Amino acid sequence: MTFFFQNLINALQWGSFYALIALGYSMVYGVLMLFNFAHGDIFMVGAYIGFGVATGLVALTSMGALALPNWLILVLTILISMFLTSFVGMIVERVGYRPLRDAPRASAAITGLMIGIILETGNLALLGAQRISFPALVQSTTYNLGGVFVTNKKIMIVLFSIALMYALHLFVRKTRWGMAMRAMAFDYVVVPLLGVPINNIARMTFAIGSALAAVAGIFFGVAYPVLDPYMGIIFGWKAFVAAILGGRGSILGACLAGFLLGFIEIFVAMIFPSTLRDFIAYSIILLILTFRPHGFFGEPYSARLSL
Amino acid sequence: MKKSWVLIVSCLVIGLVFSPSAWCKSKTIKIGINAPMTGDIPKVGEGTKFAAQMWLEDVKKAGGLKVGDKTYKVELVIEDNESKAESAVKAATKMIVEDEVLAIVGPQASKQAVPAGAVCNSYRTPMISPWSTNPDTTKGRPFVFRGCFLDPFQGPVLANFITQEFHFSKAAVLYDVASDYPKGLAEFFKEAWEKLHGTGSVVAYESFTTKDTDFSSQLTKIIRSGAEVLFTPQYYNEVALIVQQAHELGWNKPIVGSDSWGSAETVALCGKDCYGLFFSTHYAAAGATGATKTFIDRYKEKYGYVPDDVGALTWDSMRIVQRAIENCGNITGKIEKDRQCVRDALAKIKAFDGITGKMTFTEEGDPLKCAVVVRISDKGEFEFYKSVCP
Repeated sequence: MTFFFQNLINALQWGSFYALIALGYSMVYGVLMLFNFAHGDIFMVGAYIGFGVATGLVALTSMGALALPNWLILVLTILISMFLTSFVGMIVERVGYRPLRDAPRASAAITGLMIGIILETGNLALLGAQRISFPALVQSTTYNLGGVFVTNKKIMIVLFSIALMYALHLFVRKTRWGMAMRAMAFDYVVVPLLGVPINNIARMTFAIGSALAAVAGIFFGVAYPVLDPYMGIIFGWKAFVAAILGGRGSILGACLAGFLLGFIEIFVAMIFPSTLRDFIAYSIILLILTFRPHGFFGEPYSARLSL
Repeated sequence: MKKSWVLIVSCLVIGLVFSPSAWCKSKTIKIGINAPMTGDIPKVGEGTKFAAQMWLEDVKKAGGLKVGDKTYKVELVIEDNESKAESAVKAATKMIVEDEVLAIVGPQASKQAVPAGAVCNSYRTPMISPWSTNPDTTKGRPFVFRGCFLDPFQGPVLANFITQEFHFSKAAVLYDVASDYPKGLAEFFKEAWEKLHGTGSVVAYESFTTKDTDFSSQLTKIIRSGAEVLFTPQYYNEVALIVQQAHELGWNKPIVGSDSWGSAETVALCGKDCYGLFFSTHYAAAGATGATKTFIDRYKEKYGYVPDDVGALTWDSMRIVQRAIENCGNITGKIEKDRQCVRDALAKIKAFDGITGKMTFTEEGDPLKCAVVVRISDKGEFEFYKSVCP
């Protein structure tokens, strides 16, 4: 039984990353009907920006210019990186997608892939190929709950991720901007004619998605403190799978599917030989999609941003 | 009239391009370096490059490489293999065909050295991999050599060491199934361990694939299996993640590694979690003497950190190649003939005194040399613990 709970906790942490990244895919698809394939690399950029901000703050503290405790550094790192990474997202939208808004969808998908490669290799040129070690802002403490080992990091990551998803839910449901996003998702040809500023909404969607990816990047650095320029590729693919599995454009679906993907991966490795993990895990997902081709919360032939 | 001039000039240019020997038949010996400058293990590439450049400096200081009674200039051709098998093949082919190198040093990791070895062998160009310990790199390839011991030797060394040191009988293995080196070594370790403690004594044999970062499910399984020691023959970036995650999941038993741990980056990424752990490797920097110490001091002064085993092995390999070229005695300028001559000289090297130990090459192109067991000290240094010879 402890074995099961241990895996459950591992899966919750792993799933939070997928969920946070899948949200970015899902929102952009909901509003603009395109997949931002650069999103996995925005996650990487977020992690690197987080690394830069955290290192800077740690250096300032150790020099005595600032007197910040580690938890405050972490909070500031998250806030500043969310802010900066949302600009990266907006630039990607402005440079990569707005000029192609009326182009065929395939062209926009290709731009996404190209921007992804540009971000990876740009980072490679800027910082070199050396692995970067994320500063240890959270002193890892392990709690032993009757044979199940939980670290303070894991608790923080899971709770904070869920809180962010809930905040996004409130934003989309309760605010004017959220309403505009939902309206755009309903029909992105007619709604702008009614006076909804399409460019602002698109920019905002990218900004929010990128900010969430930045949080995922920083948490990733806290949990797995080795960063490299290509870390976003596979993560991006898998989170994309989660976005599709959740139902294109569905926020709740993306969250749940992100966690589900984490659970499937961890529990497959628990039961079967770990060599077969991805083989079996993604076969299961293929099977789910065969029976529910629109994902859990997706609707046929519409891309409504629903909750 | 004008047109015919253009024709003549272009004919001449084409003639020049297709006969490189006509204009570069100066007395230059080119040596290729096939290294992972980017990709998964860039620190390995950096160490390779630095050691090779230090060697080149020495050669330049001596005025060139003296073969017989002639002195030749030496040039290094450094190609990045991006830590990928296919790029290593491309890099090797380019250096052989376009740059016409006399010999190639590298690739380092078995994942690239095994396929690149096939290319070098079929083009009949001598290649020496300083760091690849997988037997397939040199097997049945007369033109391929290496500068280190082999995994069938390293696996039993570790199995014996753990048995004698800790008296354990149940071991767990965690390795990357998609990479030649960890996969091969995991198998050799398992075989040696089961020979010592009976079948089923490797109680958990778990794997993952390259680029994975979360090992929690594998480690949870390993912890539940009741293993007393974890063996993980991974590269430095994964070592940090595996060790930290194991500790976070409540594992407080020993974790043992192999020569891939011996990078200057291991402790930088892993931190205190790695202190007190053991791994087998080619040389120990802390407490070195003689020529080894001279090399370490020089490298440290020049590049600012203690060279890891890749640097030391590359240095030895460069000098082995140098010795072979010198022993060859006569560089004719006909590249095929010279390559054959260097290969023959390489195979004949006996009792080469390198900074990573004495070595003599066998028929297969593998040296016989000792392994060192290193402990990561509480200061994060690699401390000599024990030497194991074949």
